[in-house]
Amino acid sequence: MIESVNVDDFIIRAFIGGVLVAIVAGPLGTFVVWRRMAYFGDTLAHSALLGVALGFLLSLNLNLSVIAVCLGLALLLVFLQHQQRLASDTLLGILAHSTLSLGMVAVAFLEGIRIDLMAYLFGDILAISYDDLGWILGGGLLALVILGFLWRPLLAMTVHEDLARVEGVPATLVSMLFMLLIAVVIAVAMKVVGVLLITSLMIIPAATARRLASTPEQMAWFAAGFGCLAVVGGLGGSLRWDTPTGPSIVVMAAVLFGAIHLVWGLWPYAVRSARRFFK
Amino acid sequence: MNPQAPHRSSVTAPPDALIQAHAVTLRLGGRVILEHIDLSLQAGRIITLIGPNGAGKTSLLRVLLGLLAPSAGHISRAPRLRIGYMPQRIVIDPVLPITVRRFLSLAGRVQPAQLAAALEETGVGYLLNQPIQSVSGGEMQRILLARALLRRPQLLVLDEPAQGVDVGRQGEVFALIEQLRQRYHCGVLMVSHELHWVMAAADEVICLNRHICCTGQPQAVSRHPEYLKLFGEQLPFGVAPYRHQHDHAHDLCGNVIRQKAAATKDNRSP
Repeated sequence: MIESVNVDDFIIRAFIGGVLVAIVAGPLGTFVVWRRMAYFGDTLAHSALLGVALGFLLSLNLNLSVIAVCLGLALLLVFLQHQQRLASDTLLGILAHSTLSLGMVAVAFLEGIRIDLMAYLFGDILAISYDDLGWILGGGLLALVILGFLWRPLLAMTVHEDLARVEGVPATLVSMLFMLLIAVVIAVAMKVVGVLLITSLMIIPAATARRLASTPEQMAWFAAGFGCLAVVGGLGGSLRWDTPTGPSIVVMAAVLFGAIHLVWGLWPYAVRSARRFFK
Repeated sequence: MNPQAPHRSSVTAPPDALIQAHAVTLRLGGRVILEHIDLSLQAGRIITLIGPNGAGKTSLLRVLLGLLAPSAGHISRAPRLRIGYMPQRIVIDPVLPITVRRFLSLAGRVQPAQLAAALEETGVGYLLNQPIQSVSGGEMQRILLARALLRRPQLLVLDEPAQGVDVGRQGEVFALIEQLRQRYHCGVLMVSHELHWVMAAADEVICLNRHICCTGQPQAVSRHPEYLKLFGEQLPFGVAPYRHQHDHAHDLCGNVIRQKAAATKDNRSP
């Protein structure tokens, strides 16, 4: 009996953790989609492994070291983009893969610590501890509150940055805070889907939500909803069929995306042929 | 010498200037974009920037707006200056679901009623609840103008306000700008390519080609040899005979080459 209680316990923790992450990643993901920062987010996520390695090396809290490394990389990217020596996608490609490789090399150098690399790369949601849950809850709430304050200025900047700046939006500060939010979400979402799949949790639900939304806020809420559905469906499926959890969640998100777009694309035809049928 | 003749140096700035540029130079990536620009914007005056492509017109707007820092010289602005800005060619990605109403509300803290009123004022009140991606180029210009008005601007900065507007309706846009200037007594700085409307609507024209080539009232500028050299003789009021006597030439990069020392004398007026 005691054993079955424990089993339920870690599954419940996994569901709660996953849903919390999806609720934050969805609205933030809408901005990532609107601002065309998908690859930017991906690059930051790839560097998270380096943060893990540094955290172990310097015995820091892993969440904090991941946030610090992501932020550092974000600043480096902004600096390099300002130099305009190389195109942005080239820069992102270089940094994404070199930081990921550097992270893996650094992990190999850690002595006396065995790290489950797969858990960091693809997530290990079933291993979420109460401690992790605390970080997800705290980090997620902080991110949502900051996003609430940033919403209007960030939206104004997304529509037209120069116009927003002339109207008094402190653009540099807002972009920095936005990057901080992405770093926080990467740190807390790493447990759920792993560094290689984090961006999908931000982008796929947001892209799914676009079909149904007619205002920016609606799109954010729908994105959070689809993220939750993906987590619940993916986690349930992975328990049922014993598939890897992180990838199952992403597959579920992709299925939702495909289904919504298919239904919305075919809806007018369906209505038309139904009318014809019942005439 | 014709007393109406435009002169190379800028007008001396009166104390009520909204924005003043003093000897502003801008270099980007080693290239000189703007060179030694002096100008002053005042309430109730329409100043139009004209110049060939790559002359630095948009860069000058960006420097005056504070979006770009000048490499040399400085900009002074009236304290708490409210600027309404209308950027060039704004395209909003369809992935962002947003109505015209919501777009306008991003201007700052405004009452909902003001949004509709501003749209009515620029003649597109019927667009209020449309998705912004569905409006035409000309409607977008009017929406942008409405958003600029919501700021109760002391200065309107317009980058090619008639761009994307049917040639036949461009006059309406300039007439609207003229109306707004009178109603709000705001200064207007605009970039425009529609030379015949510029000549009709502006109080002062600045002809820019990295440096200020010539400046003055439209009629005077349209007779200036620098203007004729840049835009040819067939345009607006440019029916004056072309007697080219100006004091400098441009090399391939548009830099000024002084030809003779004596040429600094003001002997260029036709």
